[in-house]
Amino acid sequence: MTGEHMLNIGGLHEGVVLDHIPAGKAMDIYKRLKLDKLDCQVAMIMHARSSKMGQKDIIKVEAPLELLNLDALGFIDHTITVNIIKDAKIVEKQKLRLPRKLINVIHCKNPRCITSIEQGLDHVFYLADEENELYRCVYCEEKWHGTKKRG
Amino acid sequence: MRHCMSPLDFSVEELDQMMDLAAKIEKDPEAYAHICEGKKIATLFYEPSTRTRLSFETAMLNLGGKVIGFSSAQSSSAAKGESVADTIRVISCFADIAAIRHPKEGAPYVASLHSSIPVINAGDGGHQHPTQTLTDMTTIRQIKGRLDHLTIGLCGDLKFGRTVHSLISSLVRYPGIRFVLISPEELRIPDYVREDVLKKNNIPFEEVIRLEDAMPDLDVLYMTRVQRERFFNEEDYVRMKDFYILDAEKMKLAKEDCTVLHPLPRVNEISVDVDNDPRACYFRQVQYGVYIRMALIMTLLEVTK
Repeated sequence: MTGEHMLNIGGLHEGVVLDHIPAGKAMDIYKRLKLDKLDCQVAMIMHARSSKMGQKDIIKVEAPLELLNLDALGFIDHTITVNIIKDAKIVEKQKLRLPRKLINVIHCKNPRCITSIEQGLDHVFYLADEENELYRCVYCEEKWHGTKKRG
Repeated sequence: MRHCMSPLDFSVEELDQMMDLAAKIEKDPEAYAHICEGKKIATLFYEPSTRTRLSFETAMLNLGGKVIGFSSAQSSSAAKGESVADTIRVISCFADIAAIRHPKEGAPYVASLHSSIPVINAGDGGHQHPTQTLTDMTTIRQIKGRLDHLTIGLCGDLKFGRTVHSLISSLVRYPGIRFVLISPEELRIPDYVREDVLKKNNIPFEEVIRLEDAMPDLDVLYMTRVQRERFFNEEDYVRMKDFYILDAEKMKLAKEDCTVLHPLPRVNEISVDVDNDPRACYFRQVQYGVYIRMALIMTLLEVTK
C-alpha cells in the first residue's frame, strides 16, 4: 500500500485500526461487532490497495479496545491486524486467535436445540477442533465451521 | 455436585466403580433398600417415555427414596410457558435429584446450569441418552464379565440410532474392541462416527449388509429398531423396517455364548421365537437398567454404604 493511492481519511488520534480485512468484509464486521451501537466515530475504507492482499478493507474506530468484541473478530477472521493507536501512533499490535468460546456471536441453527425455545438463553459455542476451525453448540453439539471451511 | 449429561462425563475408572456398585446391588438388593430414605427424585418428563421414567422411579423406590414429577409437558408448567431454567430452580426446592427427559437437545444441560441438585439427562431429542448407554455397558459387563476384547455387532438403523452412536463412543475407551456394523446402505453409520470416533481411535471395524455374514464372529449382537418417524416417506420406512429380522434360524449361526441385546421397544426385528434362547438378554438388560440407575443415583447423591 502506498500513501498517494490511498483515499484520504482523517488520522486517528486515539482508538483502534482494524487492518488487513479481506476486501468487502468491512460492513459485515461493522455489523457483527455492533459498531453502530458505540457512541464514537467509525471510518470504513473499502477495497484499499494492498501490496500483501491486492485489495483490503480497513476500519478505524475512535474508541478504546475494551469496547470491541475481539472474540467475535477472531471468529470472523483471526488474520485481521488490530492496531492500537495512542497520540496518533501505533503503540501496540494485538494478535487475534480463534476464541475458545463464543457467546452470542453465532446462533445455533438446529431447530431441535433448546436455544430455539428457551427464553434469555445465551447462544454459546466452543472451539471443538482448532485445526479445522470447528465450533460446536454447547447445548446440542451442532457444528459450525469457522472461516476456513466457509471460505 | 455432579450431573450426568453424557456417558463420557465419567472416566473409565468412574464407570467401572459405578458398574461394580450395580453388581453389588444385584447381588444383595436388600442391603440398599433404605440407603436413600428421606430423599426424593423428580422425574421431569417433557415427553412421554414410560419405560425410562418407570426405570428411574423404580430405582429410587428400590433405594428407599420417594418420587415426584410429571410425565408430559402438558401436565407441567411448561404448558404455561415456563422456561427449563425456572422449572429446575423450583424443583431444586422440592427434590434431591432430578431426571429430565426433553424433546429439545441440550435442555437437561440448561437445567444443570441453574440447578442446586444433581441433574440426570434422561434423553434429550436425538442427542444423548446416557443411562441407556450405561445400561447397555452394564449388561455386557455383567454377562460377558468384561468390556474389553469383544467383537460387537450393531445391527439396524445405525444412521439415526443415538444409542448406537453413544455406545460406540463409550466402548472405544476399552482395549481390544472390534465392531461389525450391519446396516442397509441407506442407514449406515454417519461419517462423524466413522471418522471422528472409530478411525481417530484406530478401532477395527467392518461394515456389512447381511446379518448372516456377521453372525458367526459376534460376542455381542446389539439389534435396533428402524423408527418410522425418521423417514420422510412411508415407502422407504416399509422397505427398511423388515430389512433385518433376527429369528431362531439365524441364531443357529451365532456363537454359543453370543449375547443378544436391544434397547427396546422392539417391533419385529427380533422374532418372538428368539425370546426363549438363553442368548437373548434384552429383558435382563431392562433389569440391569434399574441397577445402574440405582448406582448412578447413589453416586450423584454421594450416598455410600
